[in-house]
Amino acid sequence: MRDMILRLDDVHTDIAQYHILHGVSLDVPEGGVHVLLGRNGAGKTTTLRTIMGLWRARKGAIVFRHHDITALSTPDIARLGVAFVPENMGIFGGLTVEENMRLAATGGRFDDTRLQRIFALFPAMEKFWRNQAHALSGGQKQMLAISRAIIEKRDLILIDEPTKGLAPAIIRAMIDAFREIAKETTILLVEQNFYFARALGETVAVIDDGRIVHRGTMKALAEDEALQNQFLSLSMEAN
Amino acid sequence: MMKTLSAKFERFGGVMLLPVILALIALVLIGRPSTWVTLTVAGLAMGMMIFLMASGLSLIFGLMDVLNFGHSAFVSFGAFIAASVLAWFGVWVSGGNAILNIAALMAAIAAATAFGALAGWAFEHVIVKPVYKDHLRQILITMGALIVADELILMIWGGAPIPVPRPAVLTGSIVIGDVSIEIYRIFAFALGLCVYIAMHFALNRTRIGLLIRAGVENREMVEALGFRIDRLFIAVFMAGSALAAMGGAMWAGYQSLITTAIGAEMMILVFIVVIIGGLGSVEGSLLGAILVGLMANYVAFLFPKMSLASNMILMMAILLWRPFGLKPAVKG
Amino acid sequence: MSNAATLPGTVPAAANRHLAGRFIVYAAVLAIGLALAFAPFLFPDVRAQEVAARICVFIVLVASYDLLIGYTGIVSFAHTMFFGLGAYGAAIALKAMGPGFDAILFGGALGIVATVILAALIGLLSLRVKAIFFAMVTLAAASVMMVLASQLSAITGGEDGMTFTIPRLFSPAQALVTGEDGKALRLFGVALNGRVAHYYFVFIISLILFLIMLRIVASPLGTVLEAIRENEMRAEAIGYRVVAYRTAIFCIAAVIAACAGILRAVWLKYTGPDVVLSFDIMLDILLMVVIGGMGTMWGAVIGVAIMTLAQYYLKDVMAAGTAATADIPFLPDLLNPDRWLLWLGLVFILLVYFFPAGIAGTLMGKGGHK
Repeated sequence: MRDMILRLDDVHTDIAQYHILHGVSLDVPEGGVHVLLGRNGAGKTTTLRTIMGLWRARKGAIVFRHHDITALSTPDIARLGVAFVPENMGIFGGLTVEENMRLAATGGRFDDTRLQRIFALFPAMEKFWRNQAHALSGGQKQMLAISRAIIEKRDLILIDEPTKGLAPAIIRAMIDAFREIAKETTILLVEQNFYFARALGETVAVIDDGRIVHRGTMKALAEDEALQNQFLSLSMEAN
Repeated sequence: MMKTLSAKFERFGGVMLLPVILALIALVLIGRPSTWVTLTVAGLAMGMMIFLMASGLSLIFGLMDVLNFGHSAFVSFGAFIAASVLAWFGVWVSGGNAILNIAALMAAIAAATAFGALAGWAFEHVIVKPVYKDHLRQILITMGALIVADELILMIWGGAPIPVPRPAVLTGSIVIGDVSIEIYRIFAFALGLCVYIAMHFALNRTRIGLLIRAGVENREMVEALGFRIDRLFIAVFMAGSALAAMGGAMWAGYQSLITTAIGAEMMILVFIVVIIGGLGSVEGSLLGAILVGLMANYVAFLFPKMSLASNMILMMAILLWRPFGLKPAVKG
Repeated sequence: MSNAATLPGTVPAAANRHLAGRFIVYAAVLAIGLALAFAPFLFPDVRAQEVAARICVFIVLVASYDLLIGYTGIVSFAHTMFFGLGAYGAAIALKAMGPGFDAILFGGALGIVATVILAALIGLLSLRVKAIFFAMVTLAAASVMMVLASQLSAITGGEDGMTFTIPRLFSPAQALVTGEDGKALRLFGVALNGRVAHYYFVFIISLILFLIMLRIVASPLGTVLEAIRENEMRAEAIGYRVVAYRTAIFCIAAVIAACAGILRAVWLKYTGPDVVLSFDIMLDILLMVVIGGMGTMWGAVIGVAIMTLAQYYLKDVMAAGTAATADIPFLPDLLNPDRWLLWLGLVFILLVYFFPAGIAGTLMGKGGHK
């Protein structure tokens, strides 16, 4: 029985007067890629932001390894070894690629091996090293955001819809990169794009209206068309 | 045609050209080059002093999303403390010994700046922290603090105008041809420039500066990278308040006679500068301050009654063109 | 917020508390209203009349400001500007055309037209930008207006302002109802002369303006404004053109402020930067709206009454305090009535901190922001 690196237990989150998460319970095994699927407004982003401490859970518990992080501040959660790649990528446009990376590196110093590995995965990072980040294309910005998350070894990486608005060719390149990254860490991937999720995911949970409505292995979901039709409604891309 | 014009504009420095354009227009309108030089130097000096007062406010808002309507209280206190220190030093200031002069001046500026930092610390804890997320209450509570601060100044220094002794070494002007330039103005400009260079260095070459620049753009992401950015807030707030006090001290020396109205006078101009320059940006504050300083001096000469109104019009015009200011901090 | 389950036949405790609170507020407002309605007979001395008239005018001014800050969430520092436009409009006309109601109407109308134009300009230009920019722009605009008023002294009387005569109807020598002895009839010991007419002119028009504002907040417009205040993006998404609504309410509030200005000028027979344009007035408005309670019209009534009474009568108490503590160090200085503003500032800070909803807001359980 694998260790659970992250457990959510009956988490409720409100934003202003809106009750968004209605008791989300989720177990994320250590190692590999685990997917949280759901359509627009289902609560995927809210779940990630709650884990990261950007929004406070009103009720329930979140445990990372053996730490109760439910009420912990975001910087403290990050220091425990959790990285976050938000939906809007969160890169600092006015800073150069190098400066963006330096912020993520411990003490501002780069581990050369890891840096070379990133350049191998995403050559554009080396090419645009001294350029301001806002000049990068959408796909390159996404690569920067991911590079930032892996410049140091993290135990858990939360990634929110990395393929949004990206061309299919870039998405395919990302699949390879993610597979490489997943070898040394755990990824909790939030997605709408089933094709991307299916290629990478080991386990999958489906969230709808703030509740988990399905849990299981990706293999099982991929083989069961009826199940897919039930959970993957029109607004999800199934290409 | 507009496209090539704006492309040419950008190639020659973009919005940084504006002060130059303004100066050229003024030269045409004023006619006499010697007068123009005097006014330009005055404008640049004034601009630098306003820059000191405004840059802190701009950074504080950019980084912390805090609206401090009481910012000018630091300017007022800086001015009065500097005046008192200079008066206390008596003959060190008025005497001919340049070294003593400078020492007294440095002491005055240091006292004002130190007070600004300490008062900033207290202000952040007592007034600002309780109302962090609420803009409306921030505006209200900082205005309340402004009222209290101004009343305290009245209590301590009384209501009569206070003379500010100017260090002997900085009095008078140097004359080049038929142009006369006040020495104090050169000093003010030089000091402001040094502060700007120091700030630029700190922001662009240090790790803390990196954090501040990143935090101005996206505070959440900086936290998600593991930095406790709220500890940085207090430092930035103290620095911003200290700078405002320094600006006030310099302005007091410029005016030679100060009243409690000094804070209010400056507050309007500081706000105009911050709006013109763009929030969260030191370059923007510098640009806005230079524009406002030049504008105020040129218009005071050309159309005396329109000085404040002209800056107001400048602000509205710039807002129409660039609703976020000339050089706001980049937001993602 | 989830609703606590309630047993049938009981009222949830929170609502109960607010029921009592509402009663207190309504009672207070009624008391103030009655006192104002019969002020010439209840408080016949000149100073009290001045206080009462000032309360009437400021209730209108502060309530119109609450339309902006409390109901729509707009922070503006230009309100005194519009107050001044109305006052100066009436004043200049009365001086130029002589004391007559035609002058009041004409000058007032001009002031209002100027108000609408300026308000629309400021609104459309600035409401597109962030709220903080808008606040700063209004501050700058108000300062410019003040400078203009002092510098165009040929028209405005400059720093010293201008005095003028008002219609004969309001003069104490003018009897409204003559008794058998040929002089003004006395009712409850008070002569029914022009002074009484003068007061009721101010009172009745203030009352009408206040009722108009009540009507506005109860109307669909009021509901839209509150929706915009609570969640601008959502309102925009539903289809309300937020900028248009904000500009509209900005103009409406400005016009009402201008009307208040006309009343103030006619009452004082004088207008000048110190009574209509200065930042002290703006500060007073802010204080009154915060003390009374933002987002409730009743808050304006209570806030104005409390602060005006305090301003006039508390200073006497402070002066007594200074005299009494003359031997103790520091204390006389702090209690000096000139330090009035210091205490006001401290009270203001404490209020914003502890009771952001003001008196009426806290009692009635609404107002303030999340």
